[in-house]
Amino acid sequence: MNTWSNIRTITKRELGAYFSAPLAYVFIVIFLLLCGFFTFMVGGFFERGEASLVRPFFDWHPWFYLFLVPAVGMRLWAEERRVGTIELLLTMPITAWQAILGKFLASWLFLGLALALTFPVVITVNYLGSPDNGVILSGYIGSWLMAGAYLAVSCMTSAMTRAQVVSFIIAVVLCLFLILAGFPPVINLLETWAAPWLVDVITSFSVITHFDGFQKGVLDFRDIIFFLSVMVFCLFTTSVILRGHRAG
Amino acid sequence: MIKVQNLAKVFGTKRAVDGVSFTVERGEVLGFLGPNGAGKSTTMRMLTGFIPPTSGTATVGGYDILTHPIEAKRMIGYLPENAPAYTDMTVEGFLKFAAEIRGLRGEARTRAVGRVVEMCFLQPVLHQSVETLSKGYRHRTCFAQSIIHDPDVLILDEPTDGLDPNQKHEVRQLIRRMGEKKAIIFSTHILEEVDAACTRAIIIDRGRIVANGTPDELRAKSEYAGAVLLRISGVTAAALTQKLGTLGTVKRVAVLNENNGAVTARVFARGNPPRGELARSLAEAVSGWRVEEMHTEEGRLDEVFRSITMPDTAVAAEEKK
Repeated sequence: MNTWSNIRTITKRELGAYFSAPLAYVFIVIFLLLCGFFTFMVGGFFERGEASLVRPFFDWHPWFYLFLVPAVGMRLWAEERRVGTIELLLTMPITAWQAILGKFLASWLFLGLALALTFPVVITVNYLGSPDNGVILSGYIGSWLMAGAYLAVSCMTSAMTRAQVVSFIIAVVLCLFLILAGFPPVINLLETWAAPWLVDVITSFSVITHFDGFQKGVLDFRDIIFFLSVMVFCLFTTSVILRGHRAG
Repeated sequence: MIKVQNLAKVFGTKRAVDGVSFTVERGEVLGFLGPNGAGKSTTMRMLTGFIPPTSGTATVGGYDILTHPIEAKRMIGYLPENAPAYTDMTVEGFLKFAAEIRGLRGEARTRAVGRVVEMCFLQPVLHQSVETLSKGYRHRTCFAQSIIHDPDVLILDEPTDGLDPNQKHEVRQLIRRMGEKKAIIFSTHILEEVDAACTRAIIIDRGRIVANGTPDELRAKSEYAGAVLLRISGVTAAALTQKLGTLGTVKRVAVLNENNGAVTARVFARGNPPRGELARSLAEAVSGWRVEEMHTEEGRLDEVFRSITMPDTAVAAEEKK
């Protein structure tokens, strides 16, 4: 298929761009350090005395991603616009959708790689006890989907501006909303004055609420749909923004 | 190959391109001239499918850019203004990427990259990162990208901008050579390029086409075309003006300078006489004097360009000076 080979060409180029710059290595090292530190020092992995990764490991991911994913996604379109290569890319015989999807997939695969490199944690927990590896796998899938949702948001904000920093800040704010909408202290505050249905609506937008199921080992169809629909919506918005820029 | 019909683009309240129509056939090299902000780049961006036109359309190789953008883009090689390229790639990686996205794989890709590397003299920087290239090399890398799939249509936005005189010469030669088999449009500020590479030129100003013709046709619009430049010694300017002013063939005598007993003047013909007639009548009139120099002028593109693209008052002000 022509469509897929175009997307693959773009994805390959973008992945190459990550690894030709220090960004990729810095990102992976920081992500792994954060994961290790929070799991074993702050998360109290050993003190808990249970063979599980749910609380000490996955609980932190929404917060790590809050800063790290916008850092990965901020250059996607902002850089193309700043350097002017967007004019080259969009006059190639490909559709804007293929370019958007190719770039998104590259970054998502990169985040998947970083996530996969946390495997020593899985080995450790298996060495110390006998955890339910199915639950761990579902946690990983959920974490990756959540990273994809954040990434799609960053992709969208990246298309809005040619300044990467601006893109980063807007993405962090939007992602923060996605987290806080399901953060227990915020929900408790909301419940004191808002109607229960309103609280439900707000929490249903939260990544934490939807990530929770994955952490427990439940692959709920609705949770998967939630993350995928955030991605589709944001990527669609990206294409609208890009078209808007070009139409002038 | 390229057919543009009433193409227009409005940005906010500004009509950047205002109803432009022209055609370019295979074997033609069309020079696109105009002051900054005249709409050259905007027209090219619409042709290449980067920005959608507000109204009108264009076909490239028979494919409408609005209804069949992918097929049209496939026929086009495009060098955008300022020659952008992915700074994080090597020259080779960038060209491979360009070839691949144009659908060239494996053996065909290797051959295409080898061909453009040779044509654009990129061998010395092949494994260098685009970021570290000098402007000339970066420009040529982007140019190489535009011809990697040997397109039938080439659209080049200021292809010689920022190059040194030798590189400019090479690029012009390249354009002229490729123009024999392709349809090429290129924009430029440099009028000598029109003579060096174009078979036809269009002058565009404030979004409209104000002149369209071969370089010779454009030159003939100049009021200098057919004027005679004279240099005579042993005579005063007043005497010369008086004598020549009485001739029926002369419209006006402009004294350019007078020193060391010699006068240099430009004599403009009345009407549009056949070439050489004015010179012959002048030769008779000044037969008693010592003529140092005398020749008929060709007409100058820069003067045509200025008189067409500047508002009338500005031209008048220039002449007064």
